[in-house]
Amino acid sequence: MTAVVRAWRGVRWYLRTFSGESRWDDYVAACERDGVPPATRREFERHRADRVEHAPMARCC
Amino acid sequence: MTITQSGPKSRATTIAIWGVVAVVGATCWAVLALSRGEDVSALWILFAALSSYAIAYRFYSKFIARKVLEVDDTRATPAERLENGVDYEVTDRRVLFGHHFAAIAGAGPLVGPVLAAQMGYLPGTIWIIVGVILAGAVQDMVVLFLSMRRDGKSLGQMVREEIGVVGGTAALIAVFAIMIIILAVLALVVVNALAESAWGVFSIGLTIPIALFMGFYLRYLRPGRVLETTAIGVVALLVAIVGGGYVEQLGLEGALTLSKENLVFALVVYGFIASILPVWMLLTPRDYLSTFMKIGVIVLLAVGLVIAAPVLQADAVTSFATDGDGPVFAGKVFPFVFITIACGALSGFHALIASGTTPKMIAKESHVRMIGYGGMLMESFVAISALIAAVVIDQGLYYSMNAPAGMTGGTVEGAAQFVGTLGFTISPDQLTAAANAIEEQTLVSRTGGAPTLALGLSQVFSEAFGGGLQAFWYHFAIMFEALFILTAVDAGTRVGRFMLQDTIGNVWPRYGDVSWRPAAWSASAITVGAWGYFLYNGVTDPLGGINQLFPLFGIANQLLAAIALTLCVTLLIKHGKIRYAWVPGVPLVWDLVTTMTASWQKVFSDNPAIGYFAQADRFRDARDAGQVLAPAADADQMDQVITNSMTNGVLQAAFAVLVIVVVANAVVIWVRAIRAGSLPTTEVPHSPSDLVAPADFFATAEEKRAVASWEDEHPRGRTPVRSRR
Repeated sequence: MTAVVRAWRGVRWYLRTFSGESRWDDYVAACERDGVPPATRREFERHRADRVEHAPMARCC
Repeated sequence: MTITQSGPKSRATTIAIWGVVAVVGATCWAVLALSRGEDVSALWILFAALSSYAIAYRFYSKFIARKVLEVDDTRATPAERLENGVDYEVTDRRVLFGHHFAAIAGAGPLVGPVLAAQMGYLPGTIWIIVGVILAGAVQDMVVLFLSMRRDGKSLGQMVREEIGVVGGTAALIAVFAIMIIILAVLALVVVNALAESAWGVFSIGLTIPIALFMGFYLRYLRPGRVLETTAIGVVALLVAIVGGGYVEQLGLEGALTLSKENLVFALVVYGFIASILPVWMLLTPRDYLSTFMKIGVIVLLAVGLVIAAPVLQADAVTSFATDGDGPVFAGKVFPFVFITIACGALSGFHALIASGTTPKMIAKESHVRMIGYGGMLMESFVAISALIAAVVIDQGLYYSMNAPAGMTGGTVEGAAQFVGTLGFTISPDQLTAAANAIEEQTLVSRTGGAPTLALGLSQVFSEAFGGGLQAFWYHFAIMFEALFILTAVDAGTRVGRFMLQDTIGNVWPRYGDVSWRPAAWSASAITVGAWGYFLYNGVTDPLGGINQLFPLFGIANQLLAAIALTLCVTLLIKHGKIRYAWVPGVPLVWDLVTTMTASWQKVFSDNPAIGYFAQADRFRDARDAGQVLAPAADADQMDQVITNSMTNGVLQAAFAVLVIVVVANAVVIWVRAIRAGSLPTTEVPHSPSDLVAPADFFATAEEKRAVASWEDEHPRGRTPVRSRR
């Protein structure tokens, strides 16, 4: 059972990190550490999307 | 952090395990080499590949990391030193592996091996496996390392700074031109797969509203929930594939059966719009879809092949390999198999990825091994799977699908007759039945590789998983190929636009502003227009576009690899490591020999089937004599063949000259560096690293302890996995 749970957690961790979903959690944790109020999720994600706008991701053949 | 074996017992186990892997590999290779005229299982190829990869990774990549590159985990990587949460960012090695793989792998490794299957299964298999081990993976790993040691500089920048302005400029032009050709050829593959296929157009067309929906959902409804959005997207995608089977009932068949010309028009308009829309609307969500589909399909493919264990239908080596008169593309096995299979064995395009985003995110220097070398091995595995899918289908069918319409006449009778002249038998009824099985109107002259691969995959999947779903699997395979390619077209057009704006921005600064609309729109239009031009020519070419353009694509990609490998050799020599210069040097020499021979033949061969100019001459002479040569149908088509052949020939020659300029420039530097013993480079000096992270895919016990104690010392703040913002 614990092995299954650990595997599931691993997969979930991987997918969340891979897709960038966990960035929000990191950000909230960092804000907490630094004692600053975090922005809303919408503002945060929009800020991230705007950065991608000017850094084209290369995709190969 | 170095890893040491803990004792004699584990050492003995290690030796035993690698001994077994070596024996398995040797057995598979022996079977492949010795079997002739008997039923050979595709699994021999699969396991020859896997065991060779394992041994190469374990031993050769380790040698390169330790001796050649001297990776040094006491050095801080750019991600650690320059971390800014934007482009420089310490990233978990396994996550970065995924990102890097998603960036390098696309439709290339799926198409090349399918076309090269006309040479038989052996040449392709050998080149994909040996090529990746000694050339492709080496290039990716070394370029990644070199860029990492230079704060993530691009290939063009490194060539300019380490080789010279002349070489750098030539490299920059080559990169842009090569990208245009690659986009045109990839788009051509999509057009050929979707033409006359209402089901395909329906499913692929629906990916646009699906991606738009995902984009709006992520932006307004559930910001940041990428996984949830992707899951919805994937389900919608599967529904779209299934739904395509009902186009007839929906009365959409007529409206969605598009000619190639109309598809070109649609793709060009789409490419332009996609490259100027905000990325969150279309590009980002489509990229999520294609990435997750990519990984899913690879897993499915590996499992499917093992369960179905299909038998190889192609000969080991066909007569086309030795005579060079194959219908899919002209030319002998040397040099043409080495340029037809680019991605999967050696792909110059990867050098652009390995010197762009990835090096800025590496946590520890040792990770270049698993990300650079390991990532490329994985792509090679995709190529091997594609090759298998192409050689397990009936060979009469293979040639009916891949011979251009000029040869088959586009009818089942014509195809059956043509294939008969090649020495294969297939009846018109069998061809019709094969098309009906996957609910397509026809399979004759469906060139470009994608339909063939999709057919092979549909056979493997329906055999492995049962259920009589061949038509579904066929369109599933077409869907994911088209999805990769459209993502590449979106992203590539955008990259091309940025490159153009950047270059023109050097002379006219305002044009370089990526958010200035007139510049963005005009640069997008130029990029789209450039690949659209080649695409349209390819589609309307009476001789068949793929066999004309694919060699250009393959040679272009391999010439880019020559530039990248030249840079690798140059830097090793400049660092005084000439005794290891053979590591990138041997693949460089091989790559130059094959690509220059191929270029030479495409430019100077007096065989009109191979030489572009000979072809133009032949048609010009005929036109001047008032004749019309098949497959051209009228004087206009004669002119078209002449123009296309001339354009391709000039481009081909230009690519080769650009590469010769870069190499010649580099040789000057080599001589200087050898005389001096070494030369200064732009490598960033050592600064101590504060991070601790395991080196390979799986952490050893010792590494886990080191990470744990490091985390204890750093209770707050940074973890080796993710950054502080």
